Amino acid sequence: MSTDYQKLALPYAAAPERDRSEVGHRRVIVVGGGPVGLTLAIDLARYGTPVLLLDDDDKLSSGSRAICFAKRTLEIWDRLGCGETITRKGVSWSVGKVFFQDALLYTFDLLPEAGHRRPAFVNLQQYYAEGLLYEHALAQPDLEMRWKHKVVGVEATPECVAVTVETPDGAYRLRCDYLVACDGSRSPVRGMLGLETRGQVFRDRFLIADVKMSADLPTERRFWFDPPFHRGGSALMHRQPDDVWRIDFQLGWDADPVAERQPERVVPRVRAMLGEDVPFELVWCSVYTFACMRMAHFRHGRILFAGDSAHGVSPFGARGANSGVQDADNLAWKLHYVLSGKAPDRLLDTYGTERERAADENIMHSTRSTDFLTPKSEMSRIFRDAVLGLARDHPFARRLVNAGRLSTATTLADSPLNTPDAERFAGAMVPGAAAADAPIVVDDRDEWLLNRIGERFVAMHFADASDGGASTRAFASAFASAFAGDPARPGRSSVDAMRVEPLLVVAAGVGPPTATGLPLAVDAQRMLSARYDAKPGTTYLFRPDQHVCARWRAFDADGLRRAVARATCNG
Amino acid sequence: MTTLNIEPNLAMPDDFYETLIEAHRGLDLAQSQMVNARLVLLLANHIGDLDVLREAMRRARAHIDIPASD
Repeated sequence: MSTDYQKLALPYAAAPERDRSEVGHRRVIVVGGGPVGLTLAIDLARYGTPVLLLDDDDKLSSGSRAICFAKRTLEIWDRLGCGETITRKGVSWSVGKVFFQDALLYTFDLLPEAGHRRPAFVNLQQYYAEGLLYEHALAQPDLEMRWKHKVVGVEATPECVAVTVETPDGAYRLRCDYLVACDGSRSPVRGMLGLETRGQVFRDRFLIADVKMSADLPTERRFWFDPPFHRGGSALMHRQPDDVWRIDFQLGWDADPVAERQPERVVPRVRAMLGEDVPFELVWCSVYTFACMRMAHFRHGRILFAGDSAHGVSPFGARGANSGVQDADNLAWKLHYVLSGKAPDRLLDTYGTERERAADENIMHSTRSTDFLTPKSEMSRIFRDAVLGLARDHPFARRLVNAGRLSTATTLADSPLNTPDAERFAGAMVPGAAAADAPIVVDDRDEWLLNRIGERFVAMHFADASDGGASTRAFASAFASAFAGDPARPGRSSVDAMRVEPLLVVAAGVGPPTATGLPLAVDAQRMLSARYDAKPGTTYLFRPDQHVCARWRAFDADGLRRAVARATCNG
Repeated sequence: MTTLNIEPNLAMPDDFYETLIEAHRGLDLAQSQMVNARLVLLLANHIGDLDVLREAMRRARAHIDIPASD
């Protein structure tokens, strides 16, 4: 495959509606074809919800821009069916190194344990991520994409959203049930509605230089404080595919953003870092400032905001695109449930509450990193330098060094959709957590847990080793009638009515308790039970976005029914 | 929960005070500020309890007014 994604012109076509007097009606319109809009549109289409994506341009991302895609993002793209392609194109990494002046301070590993399908991160130019998402989007029958269709008017009524779209062939109008603005940090939709986003602008400037070179360097994130090649500032280096390296220099607030991006300024900085004799080619340059901000509410009636339009962070934790993809993951199933009558409209309110909290968490981490990188007062700088000075010989101080706390899945801890624990559990899989992956065996083949859950509610039950467990018998009988025939085509039962699918987990070397016909996973390496603090009888309920929403030490059909009702606002 | 001890806890207070001043001898203000900052970090890690540290910070800052900006 040799598509030049940077030159790719996405096909424009005139809107059929422009010749009609009748205004077309759509279920969902997604505005913006970046990573967040594409993810959301694909997700909705896979649920069978017809979706129209509008974008004002016909190009993918100009320049590499977002390059670090986190494990959770890859897992979401796995669920959509394009995670493998994207991961394979990217450069996988888990290790970071932090240097102070001329010495290594410490090394960290973001994924120190085995038994995960995806690495902590892949680095991939944004235009590749978008290009691969775009190609996957083309394969979705329920998804229509229109490029060079610019939304210029948005008007919301209690019944629908009216949208005016401008194209090279003139304007036309559409209506939709819901509109999702994934149109970036300067969100035109936000502006049209007169809504604000608020926060903190940081007084610092950073230079991005992407260079092409053949270098025999390990694939890891490297960060320097006050290095010999860039005294007084910080620097960051990341590997990307195609022998491209991202180099980021802190310039300070007084730097001239126009002059600093000129090659005659950039090349000497890069040469100072790489050495005089390393040949390289400058691929892309940008000087940026950043702000941590968010809208007060991500839901405004029938209009929802996702990604950079709703919230912005500094780039040092890779929390921008990654949190936006988590927004899409959170919103798609809720829109689908509401539009198909499985849940009341107020389920969409929880998109706001859950993802506003997530944005606060991302902004908190991002602000803390920024305060460390760009101290705002003389004393703040003294403490920062004191931490760095102590870090080499004092392990405790290394934990205070903050060169970016990197994106992980947000645990939706206080969500109203969670059923609080009534029993004791250890570990990270609390209600609200994104499901941890683990290797399992299904039909004698190696599989991953995350390939077996998602896009519906799944009840995962850890079976008793014997037939004697009342919990497992209850689980089997609750689902057995539904799965008695062809497991792929369940009939109806009381649990089936809630559209919950079962997953029965057995330990290695132990057969299923009875011939239940239920989907079966073998916890061959015991990683699944360890990660979920599972004992025989333990049952987890996963939402369609793979977040845990309830768990019990023993299966309880009524408890499950109530938990599903609660997680869908049907309680 | 541990609370900040504001009762006498130093066996030899005069020795401590002398040692503290000695730790700054011959340094200019910038160097002394760095020593103090490192000292705060080392002691904070030793104490560990964030509630105790918060209480200490609150007391350290009490009655120190933010200067009026001109």
